[in-house]
Amino acid sequence: MAGQVYYEDIEAGSEIPALVKYPTTMQLVKYAGASGDYYQIHYDKDFAIANGLPGVIVHGWLTLSFLGQMVTDWLGEKGTLLKLNGSYRGMNKVHEDIICNGKVTKKYTEEDRNLARVEIWAENPQGEKTVTGTVVVTLPSRA
Amino acid sequence: MAGESVISEELNKLLNVEFGPEVYEIEKGMLKKFAEAIEDPNPRWLEEAPPTFPASLVPKELLNKLFNADIPLKRLLNGSSELEYFVPIKAGDVISVTAKLTRLRQVAGAEGPTLFMFTEMTYTNQRGEVAVKGKNTYIKY
Repeated sequence: MAGQVYYEDIEAGSEIPALVKYPTTMQLVKYAGASGDYYQIHYDKDFAIANGLPGVIVHGWLTLSFLGQMVTDWLGEKGTLLKLNGSYRGMNKVHEDIICNGKVTKKYTEEDRNLARVEIWAENPQGEKTVTGTVVVTLPSRA
Repeated sequence: MAGESVISEELNKLLNVEFGPEVYEIEKGMLKKFAEAIEDPNPRWLEEAPPTFPASLVPKELLNKLFNADIPLKRLLNGSSELEYFVPIKAGDVISVTAKLTRLRQVAGAEGPTLFMFTEMTYTNQRGEVAVKGKNTYIKY
Protein backbone atom coordinates (compact mmCIF):
# COMPACT_ATOMS: atom_id res chain seq x y z
CA MET A 1 0.00 0.00 0.00
CA ALA A 2 1.20 3.50 -0.82
CA GLY A 3 1.37 6.17 1.88
CA GLN A 4 -1.60 8.07 3.28
CA VAL A 5 -3.53 10.02 0.67
CA TYR A 6 -4.49 13.61 1.59
CA TYR A 7 -7.22 15.90 0.33
CA GLU A 8 -4.58 18.17 -1.20
CA ASP A 9 -3.22 15.28 -3.25
CA ILE A 10 -6.33 14.73 -5.33
CA GLU A 11 -8.42 16.58 -7.87
CA ALA A 12 -11.33 15.74 -10.14
CA GLY A 13 -9.97 13.19 -12.58
CA SER A 14 -7.45 11.66 -10.17
CA GLU A 15 -7.40 7.91 -10.53
CA ILE A 16 -7.13 5.69 -7.50
CA PRO A 17 -4.90 2.61 -7.62
CA ALA A 18 -6.61 -0.25 -9.44
CA LEU A 19 -7.09 -3.64 -7.81
CA VAL A 20 -7.29 -6.91 -9.72
CA LYS A 21 -9.03 -9.94 -8.22
CA TYR A 22 -9.40 -13.47 -9.52
CA PRO A 23 -12.35 -15.23 -7.87
CA THR A 24 -12.51 -19.01 -7.91
CA THR A 25 -15.48 -21.29 -7.27
CA MET A 26 -13.92 -21.96 -3.86
CA GLN A 27 -14.00 -18.28 -3.04
CA LEU A 28 -17.67 -18.12 -4.01
CA VAL A 29 -18.41 -21.01 -1.65
CA LYS A 30 -16.51 -19.20 1.11
CA TYR A 31 -18.41 -16.01 0.38
CA ALA A 32 -21.72 -17.90 0.39
CA GLY A 33 -20.86 -19.24 3.84
CA ALA A 34 -19.67 -15.92 5.22
CA SER A 35 -22.57 -13.88 3.84
CA GLY A 36 -25.38 -16.42 4.12
CA ASP A 37 -26.19 -16.01 0.41
CA TYR A 38 -26.59 -19.61 -0.67
CA TYR A 39 -28.34 -18.92 -3.98
CA GLN A 40 -27.16 -21.81 -6.17
CA ILE A 41 -26.26 -19.70 -9.23
CA HIS A 42 -23.05 -18.89 -7.35
CA TYR A 43 -21.73 -22.45 -6.90
CA ASP A 44 -23.91 -25.00 -8.69
CA LYS A 45 -23.03 -24.93 -12.39
CA ASP A 46 -25.97 -27.11 -13.48
CA PHE A 47 -28.40 -24.89 -11.60
CA ALA A 48 -26.82 -21.75 -13.06
CA ILE A 49 -27.02 -23.07 -16.63
CA ALA A 50 -30.63 -24.21 -16.11
CA ASN A 51 -31.33 -20.61 -15.07
CA GLY A 52 -30.02 -19.34 -18.40
CA LEU A 53 -26.64 -18.21 -17.08
CA PRO A 54 -23.33 -19.00 -18.77
CA GLY A 55 -22.15 -20.86 -15.66
CA VAL A 56 -21.46 -20.04 -12.04
CA ILE A 57 -21.43 -16.27 -11.59
CA VAL A 58 -19.78 -14.11 -8.97
CA HIS A 59 -22.03 -12.61 -6.26
CA GLY A 60 -22.60 -8.93 -7.05
CA TRP A 61 -21.88 -8.21 -3.40
CA LEU A 62 -18.50 -9.95 -3.71
CA THR A 63 -17.48 -7.77 -6.64
CA LEU A 64 -18.68 -4.76 -4.66
CA SER A 65 -16.52 -6.02 -1.78
CA PHE A 66 -13.51 -5.95 -4.11
CA LEU A 67 -14.35 -2.36 -5.00
CA GLY A 68 -14.68 -1.63 -1.28
CA GLN A 69 -11.21 -3.05 -0.70
CA MET A 70 -9.78 -0.88 -3.46
CA VAL A 71 -11.33 2.19 -1.82
CA THR A 72 -10.34 1.40 1.78
CA ASP A 73 -6.78 0.51 0.67
CA TRP A 74 -6.61 3.95 -0.96
CA LEU A 75 -8.20 5.76 2.02
CA GLY A 76 -5.63 4.38 4.46
CA GLU A 77 -6.09 4.81 8.18
CA LYS A 78 -7.13 8.46 8.12
CA GLY A 79 -9.73 8.47 5.37
CA THR A 80 -13.29 7.32 5.99
CA LEU A 81 -15.94 5.83 3.78
CA LEU A 82 -19.31 7.55 4.09
CA LYS A 83 -21.29 6.02 1.22
CA LEU A 84 -20.86 3.12 -1.15
CA ASN A 85 -23.16 2.01 -3.92
CA GLY A 86 -22.99 -0.30 -6.87
CA SER A 87 -25.28 -1.38 -9.70
CA TYR A 88 -24.83 -4.89 -11.02
CA ARG A 89 -24.86 -4.38 -14.79
CA GLY A 90 -23.17 -7.49 -16.03
CA MET A 91 -21.94 -10.80 -14.80
CA ASN A 92 -18.48 -11.73 -13.64
CA LYS A 93 -17.58 -15.35 -14.20
CA VAL A 94 -15.24 -17.36 -11.98
CA HIS A 95 -11.63 -17.89 -13.02
CA GLU A 96 -11.49 -14.52 -14.75
CA ASP A 97 -9.88 -11.29 -13.64
CA ILE A 98 -12.09 -8.63 -12.12
CA ILE A 99 -10.42 -5.28 -12.61
CA CYS A 100 -11.48 -2.66 -10.06
CA ASN A 101 -11.04 1.02 -10.94
CA GLY A 102 -11.89 4.38 -9.43
CA LYS A 103 -11.68 8.01 -10.43
CA VAL A 104 -12.35 11.13 -8.37
CA THR A 105 -15.22 13.08 -9.89
CA LYS A 106 -15.48 15.89 -7.35
CA LYS A 107 -13.75 17.26 -4.26
CA TYR A 108 -15.49 19.67 -1.91
CA THR A 109 -15.66 20.79 1.68
CA GLU A 110 -18.80 20.61 3.77
CA GLU A 111 -19.14 21.35 7.49
CA ASP A 112 -15.33 21.50 7.82
CA ARG A 113 -14.96 18.09 6.26
CA ASN A 114 -12.86 17.36 3.18
CA LEU A 115 -14.99 15.20 0.94
CA ALA A 116 -14.54 13.48 -2.37
CA ARG A 117 -16.91 11.67 -4.66
CA VAL A 118 -15.32 8.81 -6.53
CA GLU A 119 -16.74 6.90 -9.46
CA ILE A 120 -15.95 3.19 -9.10
CA TRP A 121 -16.34 0.34 -11.54
CA ALA A 122 -15.39 -3.28 -12.08
CA GLU A 123 -14.52 -4.68 -15.48
CA ASN A 124 -14.26 -8.18 -16.85
CA PRO A 125 -11.36 -9.17 -19.14
CA GLN A 126 -13.44 -8.13 -22.17
CA GLY A 127 -13.47 -4.57 -20.81
CA GLU A 128 -17.18 -4.65 -20.03
CA LYS A 129 -18.26 -2.79 -16.90
CA THR A 130 -20.00 -5.34 -14.70
CA VAL A 131 -20.49 -3.19 -11.61
CA THR A 132 -20.63 0.61 -11.58
CA GLY A 133 -21.09 2.82 -8.57
CA THR A 134 -19.89 5.71 -6.49
CA VAL A 135 -18.37 6.28 -3.10
CA VAL A 136 -18.29 9.38 -0.94
CA VAL A 137 -15.28 9.66 1.36
CA THR A 138 -13.58 12.05 3.74
CA LEU A 139 -9.86 12.59 3.44
CA PRO A 140 -7.40 14.05 5.95
CA SER A 141 -5.83 17.44 5.24
CA ARG A 142 -2.13 18.26 5.30
CA ALA A 143 -3.07 21.64 6.79
CA MET B 1 -46.19 -2.38 -22.10
CA ALA B 2 -45.41 -4.56 -19.14
CA GLY B 3 -48.39 -6.82 -19.88
CA GLU B 4 -50.27 -8.59 -17.13
CA SER B 5 -49.18 -7.74 -13.62
CA VAL B 6 -47.00 -10.27 -11.86
CA ILE B 7 -47.32 -8.35 -8.61
CA SER B 8 -49.44 -10.53 -6.37
CA GLU B 9 -51.60 -9.39 -3.50
CA GLU B 10 -49.18 -11.27 -1.25
CA LEU B 11 -46.31 -9.04 -2.44
CA ASN B 12 -48.36 -5.85 -2.33
CA LYS B 13 -49.24 -6.53 1.29
CA LEU B 14 -45.53 -6.50 2.19
CA LEU B 15 -45.06 -2.91 1.01
CA ASN B 16 -43.84 -0.58 3.76
CA VAL B 17 -44.21 -3.19 6.48
CA GLU B 18 -41.22 -3.16 8.79
CA PHE B 19 -39.73 -6.59 9.49
CA GLY B 20 -37.40 -7.33 12.38
CA PRO B 21 -35.44 -6.48 14.28
CA GLU B 22 -33.27 -9.50 13.62
CA VAL B 23 -30.36 -9.42 16.02
CA TYR B 24 -26.77 -10.31 15.15
CA GLU B 25 -23.96 -10.50 17.71
CA ILE B 26 -20.82 -9.44 15.88
CA GLU B 27 -18.13 -11.88 16.89
CA LYS B 28 -14.50 -11.54 15.88
CA GLY B 29 -14.73 -14.86 14.10
CA MET B 30 -17.54 -13.56 11.86
CA LEU B 31 -15.43 -10.59 10.82
CA LYS B 32 -12.42 -12.78 10.15
CA LYS B 33 -14.47 -15.26 8.15
CA PHE B 34 -15.99 -12.46 6.08
CA ALA B 35 -12.62 -10.76 5.43
CA GLU B 36 -11.14 -14.12 4.43
CA ALA B 37 -14.05 -14.79 2.09
CA ILE B 38 -13.60 -11.48 0.27
CA GLU B 39 -9.81 -12.00 0.45
CA ASP B 40 -9.13 -8.57 1.91
CA PRO B 41 -5.97 -8.94 4.01
CA ASN B 42 -6.27 -5.55 5.78
CA PRO B 43 -5.69 -6.31 9.51
CA ARG B 44 -8.22 -3.62 10.37
CA TRP B 45 -11.00 -6.10 9.54
CA LEU B 46 -10.10 -8.29 12.51
CA GLU B 47 -11.78 -5.73 14.78
CA GLU B 48 -13.96 -3.68 12.47
CA ALA B 49 -16.47 -4.64 9.79
CA PRO B 50 -15.33 -4.14 6.17
CA PRO B 51 -17.63 -1.97 4.03
CA THR B 52 -19.82 -4.72 2.58
CA PHE B 53 -20.14 -6.72 5.81
CA PRO B 54 -23.77 -5.60 6.31
CA ALA B 55 -24.60 -7.91 3.37
CA SER B 56 -24.11 -10.76 5.82
CA LEU B 57 -26.58 -9.33 8.35
CA VAL B 58 -29.48 -10.65 6.36
CA PRO B 59 -33.05 -9.58 7.11
CA LYS B 60 -34.19 -13.15 6.59
CA GLU B 61 -37.89 -12.76 7.28
CA LEU B 62 -38.44 -10.15 4.58
CA LEU B 63 -36.11 -11.74 2.04
CA ASN B 64 -37.65 -15.19 2.46
CA LYS B 65 -41.07 -13.67 1.76
CA LEU B 66 -39.78 -11.78 -1.28
CA PHE B 67 -37.76 -14.61 -2.79
CA ASN B 68 -40.39 -17.30 -2.19
CA ALA B 69 -43.44 -15.28 -3.18
CA ASP B 70 -45.75 -17.27 -5.41
CA ILE B 71 -45.34 -15.30 -8.65
CA PRO B 72 -44.65 -16.51 -12.20
CA LEU B 73 -41.10 -15.11 -12.19
CA LYS B 74 -38.71 -17.63 -10.67
CA ARG B 75 -35.25 -16.35 -11.52
CA LEU B 76 -33.55 -13.89 -9.22
CA LEU B 77 -30.64 -11.47 -9.53
CA ASN B 78 -29.26 -8.74 -7.34
CA GLY B 79 -29.79 -5.38 -9.04
CA SER B 80 -27.99 -2.84 -6.89
CA SER B 81 -26.75 -2.15 -3.38
CA GLU B 82 -26.23 1.04 -1.47
CA LEU B 83 -24.77 1.57 1.99
CA GLU B 84 -24.39 4.69 4.09
CA TYR B 85 -22.08 4.55 7.11
CA PHE B 86 -22.64 6.44 10.36
CA VAL B 87 -20.88 4.51 13.12
CA PRO B 88 -18.35 1.71 12.48
CA ILE B 89 -19.55 -1.82 13.24
CA LYS B 90 -17.00 -3.46 15.54
CA ALA B 91 -16.40 -6.83 17.13
CA GLY B 92 -18.57 -7.08 20.23
CA ASP B 93 -21.40 -4.99 18.79
CA VAL B 94 -24.95 -6.26 18.75
CA ILE B 95 -26.63 -5.15 15.54
CA SER B 96 -30.40 -5.10 15.09
CA VAL B 97 -31.52 -5.19 11.49
CA THR B 98 -34.89 -3.93 10.36
CA ALA B 99 -36.04 -4.12 6.76
CA LYS B 100 -38.88 -3.10 4.54
CA LEU B 101 -40.01 -3.39 0.96
CA THR B 102 -40.47 0.18 -0.28
CA ARG B 103 -41.45 -0.24 -3.91
CA LEU B 104 -42.39 -2.78 -6.57
CA ARG B 105 -41.93 -1.97 -10.22
CA GLN B 106 -42.72 -4.17 -13.17
CA VAL B 107 -41.14 -3.51 -16.56
CA ALA B 108 -41.23 -5.36 -19.87
CA GLY B 109 -37.86 -7.01 -20.38
CA ALA B 110 -36.49 -8.66 -23.51
CA GLU B 111 -37.51 -12.08 -22.22
CA GLY B 112 -40.78 -11.06 -20.62
CA PRO B 113 -41.77 -9.18 -17.51
CA THR B 114 -39.15 -8.17 -14.99
CA LEU B 115 -39.96 -7.19 -11.43
CA PHE B 116 -37.80 -4.83 -9.41
CA MET B 117 -38.18 -5.08 -5.64
CA PHE B 118 -36.70 -2.15 -3.69
CA THR B 119 -35.77 -2.73 -0.07
CA GLU B 120 -34.34 -0.60 2.72
CA MET B 121 -32.48 -1.80 5.79
CA THR B 122 -31.41 -0.10 9.01
CA TYR B 123 -28.58 -1.53 11.12
CA THR B 124 -28.69 -0.24 14.70
CA ASN B 125 -26.08 -0.99 17.35
CA GLN B 126 -26.51 -1.86 21.03
CA ARG B 127 -26.31 1.84 21.99
CA GLY B 128 -29.30 2.61 19.77
CA GLU B 129 -27.12 4.39 17.22
CA VAL B 130 -27.86 3.84 13.55
CA ALA B 131 -24.59 2.33 12.33
CA VAL B 132 -25.48 1.78 8.69
CA LYS B 133 -28.42 2.32 6.37
CA GLY B 134 -28.75 0.18 3.29
CA LYS B 135 -30.82 -0.13 0.16
CA ASN B 136 -30.95 -3.12 -2.12
CA THR B 137 -32.79 -3.83 -5.34
CA TYR B 138 -33.65 -7.39 -6.27
CA ILE B 139 -34.71 -8.44 -9.74
CA LYS B 140 -37.13 -11.28 -10.50
CA TYR B 141 -37.35 -12.28 -14.14
